[in-house]
Amino acid sequence: MAEGRPPETRTADRDDVDRFARQAGDWWDEEGAFAPLHRINPVRLQFIRDGFCRHFGRDASSLRPFENLNILDIGCGGGLLTEPMARLGAAVTGIDAAPEGVSAARAHARRAGLEIDYRAMLPEEMAATGRTFDAVLNMEVVEHVADAEAFFEACGRLVRPGGAMVVATLNRTLKSLAFGKVAAEYILRWVPAGTHDWRQFVKPSELARHLRRAGFDVADLKGMAYDPATGDWSLAGDVDINYLMFAVRR
Amino acid sequence: MSGVYDTAIVGGGFVGGAIAVALADAGLAVLVIDRDAPGTQAAPGFDGRSSAIAAAPRRLLDRLGIWRGVAADACPIEDIRVADGGSPLFLHYGREEVGAPALGFMVENRHLRMAVGARLRETGGIDLMAPAALTGIDTDDTGAALSFENRPTVRARLVIGADGRGSFVREAAGIGLTRRRYGQTGIVCTVAHEHPHHNVAHEHFFPAGPFAILPLTRNRVSIVWTERTAVAGQILALDGGPFLEELAERLGDFLGELEVVGPRWSYPLALQYAGTIAGPRMALAGDAAQAMHPIAGQGLNLGLRDAAALAETIVDARRLGLDIGAAATLARYERWRRFDSHLMLALTDGLNRLFSNDLPGVRGARDAGLALVHRAGPLKTYFMRHAMGEMGDLPRLLKGEAL
Repeated sequence: MAEGRPPETRTADRDDVDRFARQAGDWWDEEGAFAPLHRINPVRLQFIRDGFCRHFGRDASSLRPFENLNILDIGCGGGLLTEPMARLGAAVTGIDAAPEGVSAARAHARRAGLEIDYRAMLPEEMAATGRTFDAVLNMEVVEHVADAEAFFEACGRLVRPGGAMVVATLNRTLKSLAFGKVAAEYILRWVPAGTHDWRQFVKPSELARHLRRAGFDVADLKGMAYDPATGDWSLAGDVDINYLMFAVRR
Repeated sequence: MSGVYDTAIVGGGFVGGAIAVALADAGLAVLVIDRDAPGTQAAPGFDGRSSAIAAAPRRLLDRLGIWRGVAADACPIEDIRVADGGSPLFLHYGREEVGAPALGFMVENRHLRMAVGARLRETGGIDLMAPAALTGIDTDDTGAALSFENRPTVRARLVIGADGRGSFVREAAGIGLTRRRYGQTGIVCTVAHEHPHHNVAHEHFFPAGPFAILPLTRNRVSIVWTERTAVAGQILALDGGPFLEELAERLGDFLGELEVVGPRWSYPLALQYAGTIAGPRMALAGDAAQAMHPIAGQGLNLGLRDAAALAETIVDARRLGLDIGAAATLARYERWRRFDSHLMLALTDGLNRLFSNDLPGVRGARDAGLALVHRAGPLKTYFMRHAMGEMGDLPRLLKGEAL
């Protein structure tokens, strides 16, 4: 497949894609530009693993519970979630609008000895191929999407009936403006300034509406809480800043 | 096995062995590297010490199938009596106060080493490389390459240093060591005696250091006798008769006729701890991470607590699909263990400094302190529960649960 930038960037926000492309080499630096994603990775993975294990009737204490599951990771970046899916036994495809990120992801997976199908591609392009997946990861992507309507419509076509999708994003509340954007970008310097546009943040009610329209039922909603003492994140009831949604395709 | 191991554990002793069995039981591919040939550690001449196993570490050994190999040779400790030299004031810990059948168990290291060795051989998913001379560890962003004398290089996602006080892994990772010598030597021997010991452990604090009488099976006790290093040399040089006289003078006559069985051993006492116990692709556990004064019998217990926390951190991370050798994964282990191990180091170091002298003022104060601790129920229970390994955020294996 040609490794060029996707010709028609419809759903992806051009500026965001370019910004991520410039940081492609940093994805796996645990203390680098994407440190916050490394920090929230365990709790995101807990939600994903437990959700998929429950939904598909798998054993969460086994080492490869996702054996024989086809999983698509949308906006995979350097593969921070794609690689764990492969380790858990899934056949994984990772797509991202930034080809630079995809190359970095591919090189890293090779060194880590993991087999992952990475492609520089938008979800609507993948949907156009007619391929469907048992499960789709849609993590911290929505807030970088230019056309949410078209984006979720594509997601709806990518998940097979009875399949599942996990969506994680930032809520549009004053708290998320203060913490998610201002604190994370300017005070704590977790992510480069300008990473997020608060106006692109999505409220859980808006996300649920998009999902229902695209053919999903919302099965679970959880927030993420940060413990400044340990630096760890945990699943919580407070959805004011980050939240995760588990959706099942009708 | 070909390809890449999930974990390479350097050191197949108690701590390395426990981690290996725990990880392999959870399905990980484990390589254990030891510099000695299998069986060497269990030979009668290798390690003459005995260890006190607290309640929680015993549950871990049970869960890992190691305990059943030593159960018949384990002596329960039902009472602990702490006395300040010949002073009548003493601290008494009884099993009834914590509502447990025993405060802990005394096990001869030789038996424990045999039981660990047996589990290493019979557990699927463990490859044992021994004897092997490790010559280098090179890490990169997805794993570590271990090189050997006369053996091909092996690759693993994570290297665990459970290789004791002089840890090769610690040195290869360039981790600093803080060390303090006490100028004391521990003399260790096993003594057969006439009268039953009633499963009571005694710890006498003499000015030269603590003197412990620890119950073993078959009417024997293990003696851990601390002396200033110069004096210890003279005592160790004595013939059998005079040595026994020196021993009996400190031990007292409550056990009747005494006979030293087997060789005498001696160990210079030092406290040491590594600057960090976790880094990218590397973690330290047991004596490689911290080694302390044997005053409270906590060295092995602390090592097994390291093993429980490290195995749980690794297995939990792997079950999420995370890279088990990533710095973020191992930082969780370090955070989990740091408080507990530093508290124990400080406690045992402080106890030794407090008791290893005969200054009248200090002596009066500590006797009053011992009596006070004895009367202050909650404080005493706190010390006991900590000594039994029940404190803090317990790893699942220490609760006797599966990983």
